[in-house]
Amino acid sequence: MSQHLIIAPILIPFVAGALMLLYDDRQRAAKFWLSLMSTALTLVVAVALLLRAKAGAAEGAENIGFYLLGDWAAPMAIVLVLDHLAAMMLLLTSVLALASLVYARASWHRQGQHYFSLFQFLLVGLNGAFLTGDLFNLFVFFEVLLAASYGLLLHGSGQVRVRAGLHYIAINLAASLLLLLGISLIYGVTGTLNMAHLASMMPDIDAANRPLLQMGLALMGVAFLVKAGIWPLSFWLPNAYMAAAAPVGAMFAIMTKVGIYVILRLTMLLFAAGSGASAGLGAGLLIGLGMATVVFGVLGVLASQSLGRIAAHAVILSSGTMLAVIGLALAGGGEWMLAGALHYMVASTLAAGALFLMVEPMSRDDGGIAAMLALTAEIYGAKANPPVEDEGPDGPAIAAGPALLAACFALCLLALAGLPPMPGFIGKLTMIQGVFDTAATSPWLSWSFVALLLVSGFATLIGLARIGIQTFWANDDRDSPVMAMEIAPIMALIAVLAVISIESEAVLRYTDRTAQALHQTSRYAQGVLAAPRADEQPTPPEDDR
Amino acid sequence: MEIVLSLAIGVLSASGIWLILRPRSFQVIVGLCLLSYAVNLFIFSMGRLTLSAPAIMPKGGFVDPTRYADPLPQALVLTAIVISFATTALFLVVMIASRGFTGTDHVDGREREQP
Repeated sequence: MSQHLIIAPILIPFVAGALMLLYDDRQRAAKFWLSLMSTALTLVVAVALLLRAKAGAAEGAENIGFYLLGDWAAPMAIVLVLDHLAAMMLLLTSVLALASLVYARASWHRQGQHYFSLFQFLLVGLNGAFLTGDLFNLFVFFEVLLAASYGLLLHGSGQVRVRAGLHYIAINLAASLLLLLGISLIYGVTGTLNMAHLASMMPDIDAANRPLLQMGLALMGVAFLVKAGIWPLSFWLPNAYMAAAAPVGAMFAIMTKVGIYVILRLTMLLFAAGSGASAGLGAGLLIGLGMATVVFGVLGVLASQSLGRIAAHAVILSSGTMLAVIGLALAGGGEWMLAGALHYMVASTLAAGALFLMVEPMSRDDGGIAAMLALTAEIYGAKANPPVEDEGPDGPAIAAGPALLAACFALCLLALAGLPPMPGFIGKLTMIQGVFDTAATSPWLSWSFVALLLVSGFATLIGLARIGIQTFWANDDRDSPVMAMEIAPIMALIAVLAVISIESEAVLRYTDRTAQALHQTSRYAQGVLAAPRADEQPTPPEDDR
Repeated sequence: MEIVLSLAIGVLSASGIWLILRPRSFQVIVGLCLLSYAVNLFIFSMGRLTLSAPAIMPKGGFVDPTRYADPLPQALVLTAIVISFATTALFLVVMIASRGFTGTDHVDGREREQP
């Protein structure tokens, strides 16, 4: 039974989402509870999987879990792989999803149809993309999450959203075509789509075919870099993320991380030191473009006038930092730096998610489009529906709301800027330590990376502090209510950040193991190819050596 | 046969890219369709070009794999066709909604001011 747990993060939201399609939107309360149960269950499963990945490593045994779909042997069919990185991303997704879901209950889920189903399908796509070990299957899960995200971005409708949605869909369709081209080229050269199989074949590709294979991988890389929001390909991102409804924006904060995840996984697998002539391919490009992305993010954060735009640029900043670190790690930057970067990624994703959730309560009395929509919907929603199903406007407003909101905003600001009490600081510190420890990069490069890291933190501090002063201090007649349903998920996210900060040693130990596992390419590759079938091995696969 | 196929893919993708860069949303959607045809043909050709070779092998006995077409790209292309068809349909709906909201078929939702 326990070996089937690996596929549960895909199946639970899938079943819940499909089930909710059968009922129309008058059953919203029931749908919410069903989604909440499904998301909470996914969270429990993600915690269990994380503990399993961690326990496997502690015993010194094989720390990678496998799930052979249809019980076919590994390179023949699709395999799901659960390692440290996948387990971490699963947990991050479900924590953010739970917060976003509760927030959406406040008012957003009423703005259009099938919100909860789309939300669950987004989770299916995200979890699937994190778990799969097959390139074409990755494409399919990617399309699942993109299709759901198109629907979610358009949720609530309105001219701004439709226009941003048009651009977003066009960009992503083009990127998906590039991804397909890359995948088919890889298949044409190597005859395999299994990531582990591909990794073990990398050293032995003959010289005539290698440029073709590298071209295929580069095409795939471009598709994922578009998703990750690298600099010259990221102009769609702020408009789309700003136009999205607040809870959707919070989920989009993790969608750029899917691009980062795939880039990290594939570069570490395929271009690692032992992969023959392709070793370190694209490292310089990733470092350069990643740092350019950070510069773009810094300029964006400083130039933005609204909180939503700052949040979108904070997402770009975090992406750029991660991409530069992946490039440095590929150039031989060492495990410690990557461990710090993963720690930073967890913290910055949660903080960016919290920031997206705060956009609406903070700018409600500014008369923004989203705020107006939400308020009218609350009025009409309360009139149109008898209070049997939608019990009034979304729970109580709390008196201390604005004060709590301001406190949460301040803590979120500290986390994003990377200042001491919050976990962003520890991640950045570790990255800086790591980049100076290694001899692989030139001192000039190390110093400019560190300078950018510090400048980006400072710019975030300035940008967010300016918005905070305008909203909380310079605004006398602030009497708009803050709903308990809205502030609770924000506080929960901040609390998770605080826990990460307090337990930072444990978290850092985990991310360090993740980074080590990422550097041990052969272990992943051989593990996947040797994964036993169910009838050969009655014990769970991860106990097998 | 190779030259015909590669010419077809090349012409389709060139036209597709040109159309994607045009300002009208109808041109963009036709361009995306042409590009997806080009990509689908490309995926198909990655199984190597064979004439009148079946993709399904008979059961039992020795099978000479060189006399059969590679079935995997055919399965992949089927998936890719379905997915790109569905997303293009969705794009069409969004395009029509945008036309309804803005009253123009420009991709930015407003005409550029003429000097």
